[in-house]
Amino acid sequence: MLFQPAIIALLMAAGVAVLMLTAAAPFAVQVILRWDIRSGSEQQLALERRTYLFSTLLSFVFVIQLAALLLFVFNADRLSGMFVGAMCAVGTLNVNDYGFPSLISQMGVFFLAAMWLAINHVDTRAPDYPLVRIKYGLLLLLLPVLVLSFWLELQYFLGLKANVITSCCGSLFSGDAKTIAGEASGMEAQPAIFLFYSGLTAAIGLALWHWRRGSRRSGYLLAAASAAAFVAAIIGVLSFISLYIYEHPHHHCPFCILKPEYDYQGYWLYLPLFTATAAGLGAGALQPFARVRSLASVIPDVSARLAGVAAVGYSLFIAVATYFILASKLILIEH
Amino acid sequence: MPNLASPWLEKQRHLIDFTLASLGRRKTKNLGLLVAYALLVFVLASLALFTNALRTEATFVLAGSPEVILQRMVAGRHDLIPPGYLDKIGRIRGVQKKEGRLWGYYYDPVVNANYTFMARPAEEVASGTIMVGATLARARGLAAGNVISFRSYSGKLFAFKVASALSPDSELLSADLVLLSEADFRAFFEYPAGHYTDIALSVANPLEVRNIAAKLAEALPDSRPILREEVLRTYQSVFDWREGIVLTVLSGAILAFVILAWEKASGLSAEEKREIGILKAIGWETGDVIRMKLWEGLLISLTAFLLGFVGAYIHVFHFGAPIFEPVLKGWAVLYPRFTLVPAVDGLQIATLFFFTVFPYTAAVLVPIWRAAITDPDAVMR
Amino acid sequence: MIELSNIKKAFNQGKPNEYWALNGIDLTLEAGKVTAFRGPSGSGKTTLLTLVGCLSRPTSGRVRFRGEDISGLPERFLTEIRRQSFGFIFQQLNLIKGLSALENVILPGFPTGRPRAELVASASQLFAQLKLEHRLHAKVEWLSGGEQQRVAIARALINNPQVIIADEPTANLDTALSREFMAILESFTAAGKTVLLTSHDPLVVESSAVHRVVGIRDGKLTDD
Repeated sequence: MLFQPAIIALLMAAGVAVLMLTAAAPFAVQVILRWDIRSGSEQQLALERRTYLFSTLLSFVFVIQLAALLLFVFNADRLSGMFVGAMCAVGTLNVNDYGFPSLISQMGVFFLAAMWLAINHVDTRAPDYPLVRIKYGLLLLLLPVLVLSFWLELQYFLGLKANVITSCCGSLFSGDAKTIAGEASGMEAQPAIFLFYSGLTAAIGLALWHWRRGSRRSGYLLAAASAAAFVAAIIGVLSFISLYIYEHPHHHCPFCILKPEYDYQGYWLYLPLFTATAAGLGAGALQPFARVRSLASVIPDVSARLAGVAAVGYSLFIAVATYFILASKLILIEH
Repeated sequence: MPNLASPWLEKQRHLIDFTLASLGRRKTKNLGLLVAYALLVFVLASLALFTNALRTEATFVLAGSPEVILQRMVAGRHDLIPPGYLDKIGRIRGVQKKEGRLWGYYYDPVVNANYTFMARPAEEVASGTIMVGATLARARGLAAGNVISFRSYSGKLFAFKVASALSPDSELLSADLVLLSEADFRAFFEYPAGHYTDIALSVANPLEVRNIAAKLAEALPDSRPILREEVLRTYQSVFDWREGIVLTVLSGAILAFVILAWEKASGLSAEEKREIGILKAIGWETGDVIRMKLWEGLLISLTAFLLGFVGAYIHVFHFGAPIFEPVLKGWAVLYPRFTLVPAVDGLQIATLFFFTVFPYTAAVLVPIWRAAITDPDAVMR
Repeated sequence: MIELSNIKKAFNQGKPNEYWALNGIDLTLEAGKVTAFRGPSGSGKTTLLTLVGCLSRPTSGRVRFRGEDISGLPERFLTEIRRQSFGFIFQQLNLIKGLSALENVILPGFPTGRPRAELVASASQLFAQLKLEHRLHAKVEWLSGGEQQRVAIARALINNPQVIIADEPTANLDTALSREFMAILESFTAAGKTVLLTSHDPLVVESSAVHRVVGIRDGKLTDD
């Protein structure tokens, strides 16, 4: 394995996250079995005090996950010089079979943690903590996901051998490649542009609707639209936005735009996109509980605010992407 | 003008105000922690900055070296290039320039060091003169115009006049270099005529380098092509590995710091416990106390990080990192003096955060919670 | 205004040193009146005050405040109610050393998110009423006993609560200052506030300012 500081840091962070969640597991079981908000017994009071601890720990884990995801990608890009054939993060991630699964699982953990935090926030706003059992049950479900993510990351880093020849983004994201990435990259510019703008506009529209007069239905639709918008956005980046940024008709890579040579433009796209998607999914995650009496006023309020964040995020993303397209010297579509 | 400050924002401001006042009231305790914290950041940041500067320096300096160096192997060991070898390479597409190089090592008993002797064209170095690297010049006290004698391996004494010392800017690679004319080189080392040490090839397109290396290996099966990108990769590896080793050694320090942070956060004095009890009794809830203590941790972390990092920057780029130099530069007799190019890198800072602020925060979370759940009851009695 | 039904409070439940501080208390406290609790130490007076004042939850029984059942509320909501409606004056005063009088007084306002300027204005007003303007920025440890007492009172009033709770308020004061305190107490009642206090001091218990005296012994009420 490569004995590199960033790698050690990433593994340490993931390991600590797993440890913290594992430490939370017995408490979660206790809550599910013995929680009784009406009781004033010392046991119940102790449980309530403990919820503060685990709430704090989990928010900490979430923030660390976010930072770790950024560091992971940043580092993969930086490490590309170590591998023959790698020009950017794609090459580094392709060194062994665990690279891309590790990235996907980390993104998954990020979104799941965002949804959990939304539910947690709403729960603490109601005087009878109505979702506490569900919350800690979900936590127990989150634990194996986190363990899997850690294991994938570990396998990936252990398998990073410098003498392996890997492929670069040119082959993975070329239009001819018979992979999903290839399909996405190979899409013709015009249909791709249409799909991109319509998908994102739909998401923004739903987000605004939910923000103004939210309901359970609009919340679910928003979550679905956010997921769809995320996919449309990534396809958009792969099929045409990256081309405009690189000013090259065949460079489809979604990671090279994070490089300093391109002024880190990728971050301007990805940060609003991820935030907006997390917010949209969070709003949807709250809707199953909208019927709970004590949350009747809380959930519409919180999910409306999340919808607002999603609307702003997606609007920013569309604006930045459009700016990159207009400012580019590349001409893809003749008019 | 409408008041845009939301209650949440005001509340955070209040918490920060209280935290600052609270830190000020317990200066000695917090100062000790701050110093330890800043010291940790200082050491780790120095390590990171220094290694990165070395890496950058190596890349920068190697940029001038040829893309491919061809060596001839006999029985697995490096041998001389015989006459006619250069022509056997023929024309390979993509190779802009190919030339035979002459260089070798000379052991100087005066300073117990090995020099690298290298032949240069007559336009650069006239016969009878040499150009020396800056470190060598310093070690032997040489300046332009001086004469120096070397005893060749055959026992003969050769005198050379120093034409000039090489620029200190290239010191990292030219530290032990002696440049002389081809004729002088061959005479000094009694080098067989028509033979060369190795062949340097320039390739324009970096993507073609591997293909060309493959073709060379095919055309000349007893040769070994060495690619510049491989050398670079090896340097990167070595520096990474060295950094990793030092980091592992320092992990003990990180652990010690984490324990210190835990102790400080857990060891609440009676006065502190009383204060928290009072806060809770007058209307602060557990969440507010936790938030306040987290602000405290954040302020300490940011201050320590800033102090440590700035200190490290000065240590590395103004003083040359005297603490780490021996370990990281490697074992050699002649140490070139070179100024490191100040370079700060986002990845470094992020990694640094993970090694300092992250363990600190993780260590103090549980003690903070324990302090925050103090029962206000005790304060009533 | 405040109703207690069969309130019991235990400490160290389930352990060998289990101890029941309150053993079934039924009590109704009226708004706008001053109620004094008297009883020997260990009788549960202070525990009763913490319970009434939303500082802790009963082990069993019901507490109703303004008709709302607050016995099952988690800490966060209990604290919210306490901040808005209750002001505490402790026997030990419990001012934070190292901070000025002003800073001590505005502390309870911090979690509410009220702007600092507003808090300072309220505090200044209170200081004026309590004749403490000149000591606004002095560190509390330099104040005299009586001045500290008044700072504690100001702190209890900063969020404009409906109920004032005072635990042995005159225990550390001389007669003159005790009388001063009772006068301030009367001004509370005049303002329509409800006051609950515990005291051994006859000056307090037998004062005309007090509307009702309740005895408590071994965690139960005794008629008075």
